[in-house]
Amino acid sequence: MNDMYGKGIVKGLSVSLKRFVQTYLDDLRWIGKRYRTDEGIAHRSSKDARGIFTVQYPEEKLPVPEEFRFVPFLVYDRGENGEQNLRCTSCGICSKVCPPQCIWIVRSTDPSTGRPVPDPAEFFVDVDICMNCGLCAEFCPFDAIKMDHDYELASFGRNVFNKQKLAKPVSYYESVRPANAARENAARAAKEAARTARTE
Amino acid sequence: MTTPTTTSTFDLGTSFPGKVSPDPRPGYSGWIVNKDDLVALATALRDEHGFDYLSSVTGVDYFPDNILEVVYNLYKTTGGPGLLFKVQLPRQDPVEVASLVGIFPGAELQEREIWDLYGIRFTGHPDLRRIFMWESFDGHPLRKDWHEAYFEDEAKPFKSRWPEGKFSLAEAKNIYEDNIAYPAGFDPEAQSYDSEKALYESLKVYQKDEIGLDTDHIVVNLGPQHPSTHGVFRIAVVLDGETIVSLKPVMGYLHRNHEKIGERNTFLMNMPYTDRLDYLSSMSNNFGYALAVEKLMNVQPTERAEYIRVMMAEMTRIANHLMAIGALLNDLGTYFTPMLYALEERELLLDIFEAVSGSRMMCNYFRFGGVARDLPEGVLEKIKDLFFERLPRQIDEIDRFLTENEIIRSRGIGQGVLTAADAIRFSAAGPLLRASGIPYDVRRAEPYGIYDRFEFDVCVRQNGDIYDRLMIRFDEIRQSMRIVQQAVKQIPVGPVLSVKPAYQVRVPAGEVYSRVEGPKGELGFYLISNGKPNPWRYHVRAPSFINLTAFGPMCVGHKVADVVAVLGSIDIVLGEVDR
Repeated sequence: MNDMYGKGIVKGLSVSLKRFVQTYLDDLRWIGKRYRTDEGIAHRSSKDARGIFTVQYPEEKLPVPEEFRFVPFLVYDRGENGEQNLRCTSCGICSKVCPPQCIWIVRSTDPSTGRPVPDPAEFFVDVDICMNCGLCAEFCPFDAIKMDHDYELASFGRNVFNKQKLAKPVSYYESVRPANAARENAARAAKEAARTARTE
Repeated sequence: MTTPTTTSTFDLGTSFPGKVSPDPRPGYSGWIVNKDDLVALATALRDEHGFDYLSSVTGVDYFPDNILEVVYNLYKTTGGPGLLFKVQLPRQDPVEVASLVGIFPGAELQEREIWDLYGIRFTGHPDLRRIFMWESFDGHPLRKDWHEAYFEDEAKPFKSRWPEGKFSLAEAKNIYEDNIAYPAGFDPEAQSYDSEKALYESLKVYQKDEIGLDTDHIVVNLGPQHPSTHGVFRIAVVLDGETIVSLKPVMGYLHRNHEKIGERNTFLMNMPYTDRLDYLSSMSNNFGYALAVEKLMNVQPTERAEYIRVMMAEMTRIANHLMAIGALLNDLGTYFTPMLYALEERELLLDIFEAVSGSRMMCNYFRFGGVARDLPEGVLEKIKDLFFERLPRQIDEIDRFLTENEIIRSRGIGQGVLTAADAIRFSAAGPLLRASGIPYDVRRAEPYGIYDRFEFDVCVRQNGDIYDRLMIRFDEIRQSMRIVQQAVKQIPVGPVLSVKPAYQVRVPAGEVYSRVEGPKGELGFYLISNGKPNPWRYHVRAPSFINLTAFGPMCVGHKVADVVAVLGSIDIVLGEVDR
């Protein structure tokens, strides 16, 4: 097997020693930049990472990719007078596709005619039941419900978000998911153009 | 084994005239076997026709029709398509059928599961106790007329969510006392004592040793809260000094009746739930489920999606095996150094999953007919960097770090041996089977997706001990890297979804059993659709669970300290064991 007993252990420990030294070599090469800087964090989670690779949360935070999903929010456009116009039409698809059934929507009705109007009277997401699967955002036909990037939701009580808590401006959505927003805006513009072309 | 020895489906009807009949229901493909002929037929299939591997046993409840079914899936370890047959039983208690444990010992835990969840008694089973629920539990939860404490409706989506949306907290519906239904005349003291007694009686206890010394055997419980049990898993062992006389796994602490939830869900809703089975390899679980539903729907994924799927599944395998290696070394006592070396590479793979699917572990990435979205910009380059530059080097380093270590060799070589014959008998799957010298890999034995386009070797090791089970994971990581390297070069551009995205898919009526080679072994999904939005039956053949059947026999005769090493080398995840 082995000519000298303990050779395998020594060989293995040399790997540990190499990694130990590499951390300090990397520290020297990246003096002052390896920790608590964006490029340092990016380096430590890249293919070139060597030595210690831990990220010191919460002082340091890993950047989340665009597709990262954590708890839905409702997108609103700013109206002319600064009011919040939710894109949601309370069609109910998100509540139907939700696997743990954590979305409750109250459809509003016009008091004069008694017919439903495309605006939710109330919108609840039981965040403690939500499994962050993202199906609601994926199948929303109006780009009205999207998955958030804010994952720091620890609290002492139950988290049930209502319409006010869920609503976030479209500018926020465009800042966290720029590529998705651009793609959807382009698709909507193309649809709009096709419609105007048809009516003219 | 390079190609399956047979590709044609075996015709049961001509071989056993009068004993079987084809299932007449539309979309069903199996055979119905007379209840009295079951044992003879199974014996003949094993001994004369080469169907030596019992892949899965499960039950189906056709309420309100008066039928309970037990469904068997047999395969040949030489490869090729399988055989699905079932026994139909009237639904009046006691429902009884002959146990197949004598012919296929791999049925032991599965038949206990069916007894627990369906109330079908298997006569001749050596140890027919409940497995997930406790002994005094009222009813059999997978029966269609059994309702859980938080029961709201038979099928999702629930009517209360829209358009009225009367919100109430889930816990407000059920005060604590109403959470559980007790059987009539329930006495908690006596009952809970009985269930433990049943367990200890099932462990063989010898009174005297060979030379007549008056020594006592002691029962030791490892777990359920134990640092080396990989989760809330309990091992009851009988010890003679330090030597193991008998061992039983005790599980169910994480049981949530995944399959009942799955039958309430629509087909699409199950996709994120499959992530929660073996939560270390969610992409593989997605793959298995997507394939099963696609078979029923008769949908083909697009070319690009096929490549993405294979890449993701193989990356999952690498991530899982790294975790398995690290955890096994933890169990052997190397406190966390190899684990963290393995986790570092796994982190980089999870970064890719996160960029692609939005989540590191609960990926929910596959859809029927493709995948949820295309690879975002830059991800393919990242995969290339990782698989051509970093991973091969790092895997070699971990290999060098561990495999010549004398302590690991002496703890591993010759310990916890599972022979080839036993591996087949106990329905062991995946690395456990291949480390015992059986070159069986579903990717080759019954290729799915586009695995027939890639060059890779089916890894096999001959000794079936702990050390071989460690080494085969290194082998498989290397083969997976080969596959990803080929896929990255060949991946075409194009759409990633072959059908229009729909939040409720139409699935024609029928049954299907579909399996993939998951990182832990053969992951199978048995689905029955009756044309409605929800599956009538949703069964998961969980490799972690079935691999535990061989756990006891592997440990007997070894020292108690080896139990954790053997368990680590099986590589279980409790999310999948308990479901």
